[in-house]
Amino acid sequence: MPGITREEVTHLARLSRLELKDEELDHFAEQLDAIIDAVARVGEIAADDDIPPTSHPLPLTNVTRPDEVRPSLAPQDALAGAPAAEEQRFKVPQILGED
Amino acid sequence: MSVMDLVSYQDALASYDPVMGLEVHVELGTRTKMFCGCATTFGAPPNSQVCPTCLGMPGSLPVVNAVAVESAIRIGLALNCEIAERCRFARKNYFYPDMPKNYQISQYDEPIAFNGYLDVEVDGGTFRVEIERAHMEEDTGKSTHVGGATGRIHGAEHSLLDYNRAGIPLIEIVTKPIEGAGARAPEVARAYVAELRELIRALGVSEARMELGQMRCDANLSLRPLGTTRFGTRSETKNVNSLRSVERAVRFEIQRHATVLGEGGTIVQETRHFHEDDGTTTPGRVKEEAEDYRYFPEPDLVPVAPARAYVEELRGTLPEPPRERRQRLQAEWGASDHEMRSAHNAGAVELIVATVEAGARPDAARKWWMGELARRANEDGVELSELAITPVQVARVATLVAEGSLNDKLARQVIEGVLAGEGDPDTVVEARGLKVVSDEGALGAAVDEAIAANPGVADKIRGGKVAAAGALVGAVMKATRGQADAARVKELILQRLGVSG
Repeated sequence: MPGITREEVTHLARLSRLELKDEELDHFAEQLDAIIDAVARVGEIAADDDIPPTSHPLPLTNVTRPDEVRPSLAPQDALAGAPAAEEQRFKVPQILGED
Repeated sequence: MSVMDLVSYQDALASYDPVMGLEVHVELGTRTKMFCGCATTFGAPPNSQVCPTCLGMPGSLPVVNAVAVESAIRIGLALNCEIAERCRFARKNYFYPDMPKNYQISQYDEPIAFNGYLDVEVDGGTFRVEIERAHMEEDTGKSTHVGGATGRIHGAEHSLLDYNRAGIPLIEIVTKPIEGAGARAPEVARAYVAELRELIRALGVSEARMELGQMRCDANLSLRPLGTTRFGTRSETKNVNSLRSVERAVRFEIQRHATVLGEGGTIVQETRHFHEDDGTTTPGRVKEEAEDYRYFPEPDLVPVAPARAYVEELRGTLPEPPRERRQRLQAEWGASDHEMRSAHNAGAVELIVATVEAGARPDAARKWWMGELARRANEDGVELSELAITPVQVARVATLVAEGSLNDKLARQVIEGVLAGEGDPDTVVEARGLKVVSDEGALGAAVDEAIAANPGVADKIRGGKVAAAGALVGAVMKATRGQADAARVKELILQRLGVSG
């Protein structure tokens, strides 16, 4: 089983907007390796054609709701947990730099 | 790069064969969002249509909107697609503040509809656009960028988010690579989006108003040397939001690709933005690792498995395909190809249909909508459908003309009155005193007065210059404030003067 590389952890950290120190990269690479090994064991069993892939533990389909309006939050409640708000909108830091 | 710096469109097509792929997003007109019961009313105050689910708060769970699924299946069927027996939702993960959850619920490897086609009309012929898939997903929130010079994201100090739109149901419709269109590629792109828009409206699942972002098109384009089969590298022009822009964007990209390739360069696979003002595209934001969405099956939702009987029941609700309907109406109305295309392009077809249903003759209905009313709409810079007159009112005007109660000139005044908010046609006729003077006695008196007042003209007419009668007709029309039937007036004048017309 090929292990997960530091480069791959760096890549994942970037996608998740996590800033990791060098020693953390090694630490998480090791942990992710263990997780992937565990999942791979499930894969060995699931490779059997008798077991269909599943994304949900419940054998349900077609759970829907009617297209009827339900009350929304009041804007001030919606914004209550926001670190910053302006003009009744969520205020977020700069998304992109100058270039 | 301006259009002037590019090789001409003709030269580009002399060397290269364009291949297109079109992705169209349609916002459904459901009352509520895709996965929660928040209202979808356009223009509501910011963040007034949000709840824990569409804000991605912990512990909230999405539940699928039944009407959105029904709409997706009907769109799929209308596009001649197969409908999945069973399909799942997937999470598309990305960090960007337009989705508070940090992922968008979409469909990935199991779209609800796939393998269809839509026939579109170009230059008198039919072109078949094959459909790869149509899948369900949710719209994102709306960002306002603050602090930059032009409201752009570059240079902005911070951004403000309104999540009213986040979670509104979207159907994404993706074509297979469109090959063989050649020089007609821009026209095919436009015709496809136009036909799709009409289909969506006929299905009643969305108003599909591009100017409101209810329908948006991403256009992928690549070129390959003529006679070769391998696809070239593509560019993706995002969010092209009018039919005209779709056509212009594809045309520009054909010329741009040909220019780059002709100079021995290579096309960068990237997203690009279209600029309405000069018809060019520029490179978009480079999304780092754009393809790394780490899709996985949405664990909070169970699969959608439409029963075959239900799918067939929905098939029974499909409207007559718009293209076939246009052909039928054209035959019923006795319109030429050109007239039909004009009516179609002016958005007049439905208005004419409704006017005919309200009792007008087809030629009269067409005449008023495509003449006087089209002129007014053009002057006011609005769509025909936005004019303050209904098909029923237009039909009433047409009926009054057909009965002989109004002539065309008076009818135009009646329409003017209706548009000015003076009421129904009959009210305007009454209030403005607009009726053709059909009382022969009154008309005869006016004719006699005109002859008496213009003895010189009368002599000329007696002497055989029938054309001179125009001056007397004008005098009578003026005396009756335009309310006489001009042809009848001329008859009376010639009769009085003993001349046969």
